[in-house]
Amino acid sequence: MKWNKRRLIDRIMSILTAACVVIAIIPLLSILYTVIINGISAIDLDFLTQLPKPVGEAGGGLGNAIQGTFIVVGIACLIGLPVGILSGIYLSEYGENRFGRMVSFVADVLTGTPSIVAGMFGYTFIVLYFGSFSAIAGGVALSVLMIPVVTRTTEESLKLVPASIKEASLALGIPRWKTTLHIVLSTARSGIITGALLAIARISGETAPLLFTSFGNMFWANGVDKPISTLPVQIYTYAVTPFPDWHAKAWAGALVLIILILILNISVRFATRRKYG
Amino acid sequence: MDRPKLSFFSIRRSKLSGDFIFEAVVGLFALGVIVLAFLLFRELLIESQLSWNTFGMGFLTGSTWDPVSEIFGALPFIFGTLVSSFLALLIAVPFSIGIAIYLSELAPEKLRTPLSFIIELLAAVPSVIIGLWGIFILAPFIRDYLAPPLSTYLGFLPLFQGPMYGLSMLTGGVILAIMIIPITSSVSREVIMTVPLQQREAALALGATGWETTRIAVLPYARSGIFGAVILGFGRAIGETMAVTMVIGNSPRISESLFSPSYTMASVIANEFVEATSKLYISSLIEIGFLLLLISVIINIAARILVWKMFKVEGGGRA
Repeated sequence: MKWNKRRLIDRIMSILTAACVVIAIIPLLSILYTVIINGISAIDLDFLTQLPKPVGEAGGGLGNAIQGTFIVVGIACLIGLPVGILSGIYLSEYGENRFGRMVSFVADVLTGTPSIVAGMFGYTFIVLYFGSFSAIAGGVALSVLMIPVVTRTTEESLKLVPASIKEASLALGIPRWKTTLHIVLSTARSGIITGALLAIARISGETAPLLFTSFGNMFWANGVDKPISTLPVQIYTYAVTPFPDWHAKAWAGALVLIILILILNISVRFATRRKYG
Repeated sequence: MDRPKLSFFSIRRSKLSGDFIFEAVVGLFALGVIVLAFLLFRELLIESQLSWNTFGMGFLTGSTWDPVSEIFGALPFIFGTLVSSFLALLIAVPFSIGIAIYLSELAPEKLRTPLSFIIELLAAVPSVIIGLWGIFILAPFIRDYLAPPLSTYLGFLPLFQGPMYGLSMLTGGVILAIMIIPITSSVSREVIMTVPLQQREAALALGATGWETTRIAVLPYARSGIFGAVILGFGRAIGETMAVTMVIGNSPRISESLFSPSYTMASVIANEFVEATSKLYISSLIEIGFLLLLISVIINIAARILVWKMFKVEGGGRA
């Protein structure tokens, strides 16, 4: 009897905890479903290639926002990837000292920076300095979010490289820096690329840092020192208006954005699985 | 070359300086990370000086936010951020721990990896898209299906009184809960997986069922790490901007009811920063941003110390 009761509780807890998983997945499915259903009905070639139209005018698209997202994320990568990867190399290869531990700690703490605060930094640091909203300011704000993530993932994937490989290279008389660049880095390449892609996927969808750095623009990009339209900001702008036509545009924009990001995420997952599996 | 034993000392100068240059270059970039953190704090501190000098501590306790007469008190936003984040924890923590237990202890081996991947996928969905879904799907759902029973059965509590229009503190809390479940559950799961196998085997050998093993041998061991995961989720909730801004109603008032609209620190920055015209207005918003950064950093440090401790204990136990 007692044994049965214990067995029963075991069953019940298995089912309860499994229910937690199911309930947690429901919002994801609902989000994907609504974005796909609402997005597909509003998306067409014009949407991807045209400029936005004023409210009330049919047609138009978010071509410039898609272009702008690539530009701003590109700028963020130009700053964030070198800084992140090189500091990751420092941490894993030379970081066994007080300074290294401090950098590592600061990077960890920076990963918790609220994205809106990164935007503020882009504003006070770049926008105030140059006197105008700009694509560069947006890229700087995004790189603040990117650097700590790339630093830590690079460090972790470099630390996975077996010491024997390094020692073999050093024993052949190859200097340490060449060993790091040619042997260690190429062994850890897939891990570093994975970290970089995930960081890119994360910042591509960020809105808050761009609200008052890259701001927005109704036209095609005309220079990195000018305000520029981006997909996440445009989705937000359209979502909070009362116009059904713009809501449809927001859903279509969300579909484009989510496809970009999910492709990055899922391909990374499959690439790494094949590597280790 | 003719003295191989002493090769390290006889290496040509260029080799030594190659190493030196390389270390210096990567070290400089590492220094860049620290400089970045320093600049982040410095910029916000300098730019919020005006507000700090004008209002002092009154900024934290003032509940008037009036851009026209330039009186700024951040209390409604601090209130909104704390309440919505606690509400999110209240909802998310039981689910996250349940998920972590299922995926690390009770689920069939084959399901563990795919299920945890799907749950973590939610963390990859941009906040603005979750907000869009929140406006058009979640807010009406809560207004029509969750709020009526709450006010019928729990309406005697001030928490569930008053009219419900969909965009409310409750909706903000629910959407934050959805957004922090991936991080809280995956860190909890990792922490639970660091519990040594012997712990489980000992309990199983005594005849404990799967759940009993988890309850007696695994959870007490992982407690501080799970607490760290919860704090990490709290930090995420506090800094979250877009989704909350889109569903919380953006009204700077302190109300007892979860049905009334509210405002968070991050949302007021998102909404008003571009429109802020006067120096004092901008400076006040930046001070809110600085407070937000400070809270997030403290929370993050606390959480990491708790989670790290787990991994260290595990490392020590194995050795």
